[in-house]
Amino acid sequence: MSTDLGLPSIGGLDLVPHTEDKQTAKDFTSDQEVRWCPGCGDYAVLAAVRSFLPTLGIKRENTVFVSGIGCSSRFPYYLNTYGMHSIHGRAPAIATGLATSREDLSVWVVTGDGDALSIGGNHLIHALRRNVNLKILLFNNRIYGLTKGQYSPTSEVGKVTKSTPMGSVDHPFNPISLALGAEASFIGRALDSDRKGLTEVLAAAAAHRGSALVEIFQDCPIFNDGSFDLLRKPETKEQRLIAVRHGEPIVFGPEDDRYAVVRDGFALKVARAAEVDAADIVVHDQESHELAFALSRLSDQNLDHTVTGIFRNVDRTTYDDAARAQLQQAKDKAPNADLQTLLNGRDTWTIAG
Amino acid sequence: MTSNDAAVTSVPEVVTKDRVVIRFAGDSGDGMQLTGDRFTSETATFGNDLSTLPNFPAEIRAPAGTLPGVSSFQLHFANYDILTPGDRPDVLVAMNPAALKANIADLPHGGVLIVNTDEFTKRNLTKVGYAQNPLEDDSLADFQVHPVAMATLTRGALEETGLSKKDAERAKNMFALGLLSWMYHRPHESTERFLREKFARKPDIAEANILAFRAGHAYGETTEAFAVTYEVAPAKLAPGTYRQITGNTAMSYGIVAAGRVTGLPVFLGAYPITPASDILHELSKHKAFGVTTFQAEDEIAGVGAALGASFGGVLGVTATSGPGIALKAETIGLAVALELPLLVIDVQRGGPSTGLPTKTEQADLLQAMFGRNGEAPLPIIAPQSPGDCFHAAVEAAAMAVKYRTPVMVLSDGALANGSEPWKVPDADTLQPIDPGFATEPNAPDGSGEFWPYLRDPETLARPWAVPGTPGLEHRIGGLEKADGRGSISYDPDNHDRMMRLRQAKIDGIEVPDLQVDDPTGDAELLVVGWGSTYGPIVAGARRVRGLGHRVATAQIRNLNPLPANLGQVLRSYKTVLVPEMNLGQLVLLLRARYLVDAKSYTKVSGLPFKAEELQDVFLDYLTGTHPNTSTTTNGAPMTGAQA
Ligand code: SF4
Repeated sequence: MSTDLGLPSIGGLDLVPHTEDKQTAKDFTSDQEVRWCPGCGDYAVLAAVRSFLPTLGIKRENTVFVSGIGCSSRFPYYLNTYGMHSIHGRAPAIATGLATSREDLSVWVVTGDGDALSIGGNHLIHALRRNVNLKILLFNNRIYGLTKGQYSPTSEVGKVTKSTPMGSVDHPFNPISLALGAEASFIGRALDSDRKGLTEVLAAAAAHRGSALVEIFQDCPIFNDGSFDLLRKPETKEQRLIAVRHGEPIVFGPEDDRYAVVRDGFALKVARAAEVDAADIVVHDQESHELAFALSRLSDQNLDHTVTGIFRNVDRTTYDDAARAQLQQAKDKAPNADLQTLLNGRDTWTIAG
Repeated sequence: MTSNDAAVTSVPEVVTKDRVVIRFAGDSGDGMQLTGDRFTSETATFGNDLSTLPNFPAEIRAPAGTLPGVSSFQLHFANYDILTPGDRPDVLVAMNPAALKANIADLPHGGVLIVNTDEFTKRNLTKVGYAQNPLEDDSLADFQVHPVAMATLTRGALEETGLSKKDAERAKNMFALGLLSWMYHRPHESTERFLREKFARKPDIAEANILAFRAGHAYGETTEAFAVTYEVAPAKLAPGTYRQITGNTAMSYGIVAAGRVTGLPVFLGAYPITPASDILHELSKHKAFGVTTFQAEDEIAGVGAALGASFGGVLGVTATSGPGIALKAETIGLAVALELPLLVIDVQRGGPSTGLPTKTEQADLLQAMFGRNGEAPLPIIAPQSPGDCFHAAVEAAAMAVKYRTPVMVLSDGALANGSEPWKVPDADTLQPIDPGFATEPNAPDGSGEFWPYLRDPETLARPWAVPGTPGLEHRIGGLEKADGRGSISYDPDNHDRMMRLRQAKIDGIEVPDLQVDDPTGDAELLVVGWGSTYGPIVAGARRVRGLGHRVATAQIRNLNPLPANLGQVLRSYKTVLVPEMNLGQLVLLLRARYLVDAKSYTKVSGLPFKAEELQDVFLDYLTGTHPNTSTTTNGAPMTGAQA
């Protein structure tokens, strides 16, 4: 029997206490010295998050960051919010318990490709499926950094690393396709260095009620240097980066040489804008699961074409709201639930003294 | 007891007994657990003391009619306080040849055997290796055999209902229940009410079961096959209000009560696993008490979510069994490092690995003590009877909250599914616990900062500051933290200090002194147990005392930290014997901790000790005839169960 809880659709932060006080990035900065390698993409993400959080207008003490293990999982230590640096892969599970028990918190998960997609893959997909009100930042640098450079579940085939001297032989995950398969209600992607694009995706994720997966392409200059350079270098990036926006036709490329995304059977392909009928250009629809999937398949590990922005953003009852609603329903039905009555049960007998 | 004369009178003789053990045995599909449960309820309402032992296969439906498919339920009831489900049945109800074959060896000479003859077909007999029908040769001559065509009689009773032959026959367990209820003068209103409620959506099935139940009763009354009926007077237990309860239900109620006494919402994160699942089922019914149940994607997520809830200021609980506790080990270690309250219920079952999912064992003690990476001490409480699971859960929760620590409760399969009359506690007398959330910055240097690892000087507990509290924003995690301030610290001295502080916190937890039962005060043999062995140990001790011997017993409920007087108690007896359903785990701890030459008696058959078996072991020690021939690897003299 399925139950339509008929919950009103609300925003991601509607139950979190707001503040009128002006907050700054400094307020969100802890006293801990940041200890990533020089040039690590994590710095850029941290800076973006520190300046983004004050814009939410929620109380700092109601913000919680939970992480797993890996370089990026040090993130919570550097933010002056509540935080837990937990164990490898388990952050989504821990955050699920927290978010379900506390509707008044804005809960964020910081994880990496090894943490979320390898050891913690199970928790990630189930958090997305349940649609718990969590925002998951997946720092994808396609390598294991903290353990010093083994290939990861997003490394390209043939990756030569310490553990794969002859090249890795296993096929990588496509995190966006995986999240779509896991029924994620919000999926976005941004580059670590793209402050504006990243902040936009983060803002939409925060406003979304339910699980949001934000994949952040993050550079690890120590063990996987330049892995996203094709998407950064001015001479290559314009032909490769496809920033999508809901309701807008998907076109990209230099002003003088525009490209468009068009249908190709069940899939999508890239064509010269000049060579296609304007009506055939796909208009981005963040509510279409199928389109989001096709878009996720445009981007292979070779980064030929990489979609950024919000792939999917749909309204779906969240696990935590539904669980709390059931609790409330039960309490309304038995407002004076009496422990003694419970302990007694139906059949008691008395032995007289 | 039975005489041929009695058989010809139409009113059966009523024999009064002090205690009776009945075993219902049949195929997994025959509803023996339900039958046993109902007889237990009737018996509890009647006011007998009782103890039960359900015993069923791990398969949901093992192939019908086979030996592995046999399911049984044993019930011991008496007019005095009893401690075990009984060793051997006085009455065996066998619903098919497999049930007969699997159980007949336990029926003592002269025991009553009630057999459902309808299942004794050639095919069913061959299936379990009977070359000849045992009902037709003299192999059962030792017993008082009552052949009853239960399926046929049930079908006959239900003829009018229009149910199919198959559906009608399915009610034969209620026929058996009716017959036994008649034999033992059990009240039957509660069973009829139960059936009406259970089958509320299928009233015709409810009526059919009730008809079958009444038919069984009437069969006993009208046929002259049974020469005697039995009466067992109500037991004189301590005054109070009683109900019947299983360990898993009591544990669940304890968790609900823990929420009440701490004033905290409860969050259970759990993954289905036998035999702990019933705790998840039970708690999911009590949302009105502020209990959230989360069925996680795996065992790790179950405990992880519970820990996340605890971080949020909720009473986080997880419950598991068998391999589940191994999967949770890393997260429990994190809880030790985070120093957050967490309740971990481990309903021990047969291991290693998947082991014996539906059978009992006590082999997780050392894992509970040491089964995490690094030094990761935590308190352990072991309830000693089904009803005691309630108190263990409440105590464990109070300890977890007071000391900001994960606490493990070690139940086991025998406690979880076994039941007993339970003196219902007065909810108003449960001691409230103040979670004492931190509300103010606490830095001793007056900086106005919050130091998450600044300890309470008395309990060594750290402050519990929950998200949403302004000014107390802080970060915790699995990396070693600086004493007091709580920032990451790799300082060698700090690590050594933190390790010792965590240990000292657990060692300093107040637990009650061990109570020794030594009626004459001069026993030389002390039997020390833990967990569910309480019943058989005390029952065994009563028996040897009845034979004129002196023996002392003590049950350790707090396994970590151990009671402060334990060393002195152990040293004051000439012989210390530790019976356990493992290969000697508590004895290893006691020998190591107290340098006493404690002896071990172990059995890991998946079934509880029998009182008779322990009586013999005690007697061997008391008379100095115990063959201490072999030694375990941990140095403890070892004696196994006699075949
Ligand atoms: S190893 Fe790579 S990911 Fe880790 S901190 Fe250094 S640069 Fe960043």
